Amino acid sequence: MRWVNRRISRGNALLLGAVPLALLALAYLVVAAARHAENPADKILPLPGAMASAMAALVFEADPLSGQYLFWADTLASLTRLGMGLGIATLSALLVGLVLGALPPVRTMFGPTVTAIAVIPPIALLPILFITFGLGETAKVALIVVGIAPFMIRDLAGHIAAAPREQLVKALTLGASSWQFLLRVALPQAMPRLIAGLRLSLGPAWVFLISAEAIAADVGLGYRIFLVRRYLAMDVILPYVAWIALLAVAIDFLLARTSRSLFGWAHKAEH
Amino acid sequence: MLSLANVWVEYGDKVVLERVSLDIAEGSFVSIIGPSGAGKSSLLRVILGQDRPSRGTITLDGAPLPAECGPDRGVVFQRYSVFPHLTVLGNTLLGLEFAGAPLAARLFGTARREARAQAEAMLAAVGLADSLNLYPSEMSGGMQQRLAIAQALIKRPRILLLDEPFGALDPGIRTDMHALITRLWREFGLTIVMVTHDIKEAFGLGTRVLTLDKRRHYPHAPHRYGAGVIYDIALTRKMAAESGEDAGITIDTIGNN
Repeated sequence: MRWVNRRISRGNALLLGAVPLALLALAYLVVAAARHAENPADKILPLPGAMASAMAALVFEADPLSGQYLFWADTLASLTRLGMGLGIATLSALLVGLVLGALPPVRTMFGPTVTAIAVIPPIALLPILFITFGLGETAKVALIVVGIAPFMIRDLAGHIAAAPREQLVKALTLGASSWQFLLRVALPQAMPRLIAGLRLSLGPAWVFLISAEAIAADVGLGYRIFLVRRYLAMDVILPYVAWIALLAVAIDFLLARTSRSLFGWAHKAEH
Repeated sequence: MLSLANVWVEYGDKVVLERVSLDIAEGSFVSIIGPSGAGKSSLLRVILGQDRPSRGTITLDGAPLPAECGPDRGVVFQRYSVFPHLTVLGNTLLGLEFAGAPLAARLFGTARREARAQAEAMLAAVGLADSLNLYPSEMSGGMQQRLAIAQALIKRPRILLLDEPFGALDPGIRTDMHALITRLWREFGLTIVMVTHDIKEAFGLGTRVLTLDKRRHYPHAPHRYGAGVIYDIALTRKMAAESGEDAGITIDTIGNN
């Protein structure tokens, strides 16, 4: 059978998907073992045992200085920032995107402004945010919002504006006012797209979170990575990176599940 | 009931329709046919209020038609007529909810029960009584069009406009839909204007068939002449049931030729 026409069963798909990951892990182990055979004190490619003991200190033992379990404190701080940033961005994308997409006068007036803000690289705004909001939590959350909200707004507004004209005409012939159209037609039709936009924004949101934490923070996953970098502590950095990847995958999975269970009508055509 | 007086539709310097004058009687079933690009759908959109005529006037019961779609004119399109995010019942209720709850656009309690009963009766009339909780994506094209008709009729529109409503359906389903629309037309005393590609359908369903085409064609600037009504055929066989008037095949009754 030609490859373009191959269909892979669910079990095989899991297996096939795991193979490259397993090979990567194996390759790492082989290279790390080779380096350690040459120099038992090698820090660049730590063996799993070293990673486990380094992480155990962070996960299970309280930090003697602050009395905190650093790994969990970092995770909580980062997830709080990320959650607030994503939440504010999603809410503003919904409100602004909805009126921008559904109301042509608003689109004409504020569309160029949103576009102008969207083309600014968010990291370039970071100094401004630090100067304005100080080095606290606000600036970090603000960077995530500034970074992803314009994309989400434009994506949602474009989606709503591109809805078939028949839908609007039909609603009008059923006697809908602008408000009623927004509430009962545009809003529910926007929700699955909003979640899709949020899922696409997760990657950038993590980038902005880690950047902000790297520059000014005293706790957080990004802060810890950049802190221990000074001691070449790859045995902490690598597990942290894996943990971030795991969190990102879990959030994405949850969002996909939420969309499918709340807005089943939008996913039925996929089957 | 519905009168068009010297209606023109122009987009830029392209003339789509010119000098269209029509009187559509209450209770008639008007089919509009014509070649592609002859302005069938433009005429329907003008009557619907989706587009504004560049010249001329349209009156409904003597009053000028508002230039925006409203609940006095119902519509069924070939596609995208129903809302994908609402169930069959939700789609049908929507028109009643818009009228009954200006702010929440949702009905509760007794009002909802009454609206629900009304919607269920309407869905039973179009043959969807067993599919109340299905989403449009779970239904066939024919069922979706039944739903679109029920959704429009629940507002009791003065005119029902159909834009190639059965164009995407397969022939067997189409025959069923013809029987359905004829029955609803009689039962509810509807006034229907239908655009179609199918000449057999136009004559089979209509009491009056309008043919749109260009009267003049100038090869160097074909867009400068618009289409008009070139044939206006009253179908006496069906009209006889309603009135004793004698009507025949008349070419352009309004004397434009």
